[in-house]
Amino acid sequence: MATVLVLLDHAETGALRGNVLELATAARDLADGGEVHGLWVGDEPVDPALPVLGRHGVAVVHQVSTGAVDARLTPVLAEALADAVRETGATVLLALSTFENKEAAARLAVATGAGVVTDAAAVERDAEGRVVASKTVLAGTWTTRCAVRTDLAVVLLKAGAVVSRHVDEEAPLAPELRTRALAVSERATRAVVVRRTPAEPSDRPDLSSADVVVVGGRGTEGDFAPLEALADEVGAAIGSTRVATDEGWIGHETQIGQTGVTVSPRLYIGAGVSGAVHHRGGMQASGTIVAVNADPEAPIFEIADFGIVGDLFTVLPQVTEELRRLRQG
Amino acid sequence: MVCVKHVPDIQSERSLGPDGRLVRDGGDGTINELDENAVEAAVVLAEQARGAGEEAEVVVVTVGPDDAEDAVRRGLQLGADAAVHVLDDAIAGSDVFGTAAVLAAVLRRLGEQAPVDLVVTGMAGLDGLTSLLPAALAATLDLPQLTLAAEVTLADGAVTVRRDLDHAVEELTAPLPALVSVTDRANQPRYPNFQGIMAARKKPVESLTLADLGVDPSTVGAAGARTEVLEAAPRPPRTDRVLVTDDGQAGARLAAWLLERDLVRTTPATGEVL
Repeated sequence: MATVLVLLDHAETGALRGNVLELATAARDLADGGEVHGLWVGDEPVDPALPVLGRHGVAVVHQVSTGAVDARLTPVLAEALADAVRETGATVLLALSTFENKEAAARLAVATGAGVVTDAAAVERDAEGRVVASKTVLAGTWTTRCAVRTDLAVVLLKAGAVVSRHVDEEAPLAPELRTRALAVSERATRAVVVRRTPAEPSDRPDLSSADVVVVGGRGTEGDFAPLEALADEVGAAIGSTRVATDEGWIGHETQIGQTGVTVSPRLYIGAGVSGAVHHRGGMQASGTIVAVNADPEAPIFEIADFGIVGDLFTVLPQVTEELRRLRQG
Repeated sequence: MVCVKHVPDIQSERSLGPDGRLVRDGGDGTINELDENAVEAAVVLAEQARGAGEEAEVVVVTVGPDDAEDAVRRGLQLGADAAVHVLDDAIAGSDVFGTAAVLAAVLRRLGEQAPVDLVVTGMAGLDGLTSLLPAALAATLDLPQLTLAAEVTLADGAVTVRRDLDHAVEELTAPLPALVSVTDRANQPRYPNFQGIMAARKKPVESLTLADLGVDPSTVGAAGARTEVLEAAPRPPRTDRVLVTDDGQAGARLAAWLLERDLVRTTPATGEVL
């Protein structure tokens, strides 16, 4: 039996990020009969966050407010995590594998001696009860299993890595809400935000956790219209390569690669993407890889499950049109 | 102080050994590409400070086996003034927290000679890609952290960065001393010319051991590591692959192939905000 703590990532509006439910699901298996607690840093959760968390097995939600201190600063988040670990006696902490959470985890680990695994695709307990996480490394070409050797195990799971499941029906619908104010130390607030401009909201699914991703590279020559049409048809997120963002064709937040967003969707469709190693590092762990490129020598064809040597401006509209026709018929 | 890492070239065939550690003796080692952005950022800031009549020096630091000296040599070619290479058999197998403890000890030693105002790192190592080191080092040194900087400026004893996050663009500021990690958008690292390469040969590389730094060997290396790789295996190659040249019907064929495999559903994608 163990208490497992889950970091409840949420939007500034107070809406829970859907992928957190995957963490709650993984946490139930790790708790082994113990309780799953959630940490909510910031203003109150907005409906239906609490009942949804309850249905996914979260027994207690600790809502921690930091007062006037900006809780988006990762040193502040790290202190909130350390406080919640002390309060709950948790031996496992699960969070989504984002840049912000990696920073908070690193600081928590320095403060508590915890061991950390980032970018995990799965987590379980081995026969000895140790927390063991699996991940792909070296641009998706190798897989490893890592055991955490410390009393507190911190595992950052990739969005979409685990399929979320409800608990049995007789479970309570809403978790207990415990509210607390956190006194943040001076050392966590020495770097301050002087300006913050939120990004334009998008109707498309979040790139890092989308099921299907349509990606454009140099071959689009800046025209993403056929990609947008296909993405609309299949409910995909739009991604890009470094070349496409450097050319200013699309926002840099869409860049997939080792220094951008890492994706591992069920289906990756690359259009006009050559597949340079920097890009492959951010997508090679995808389930099925489709590539359309005019250059038969493009390295992406070495890893594609379905490759088409052809003009994306004729191939993509045909795919979109045919999917629409077949699914209507 | 700029922290750099020696890693296998990402263009080479990289692999893990039976101990789960990265094979580093393939002869394909190089400076972690993202650390070149860190060196460039520091060199530019030092040039600006000297231009304003202040004294400034860039020291590039690495922790690693013999070959790792190449990484600091590259840093010197890119304009750093001096280098430190921490070399000790007990370090092999260290995790990020062990590495952070060693780097922190280097900073304290450098600080005895002259104050260290700024620590600069890359955003990630292209081998492990955990991005844990910058925050771990800042926490170990109790320095303010300004991570993922796309732009760095120094003025009036403070450092200010612009960072482009997924959901916002932020400007952060902190008083010096501080730690900054820079992204690959922060600058275009210079290409060392012949003069730079010749000059780098005359610059000092100080080699230090854990004993020199007063670091307890039991806190680093595989013994001090908080995680342990149990298994490592190459991913099986993809099978049943299809490669066609468009004959006017390839798009239709792909659509049918996607539906046959149930890869395109009508249900909404995951990741929604509740």
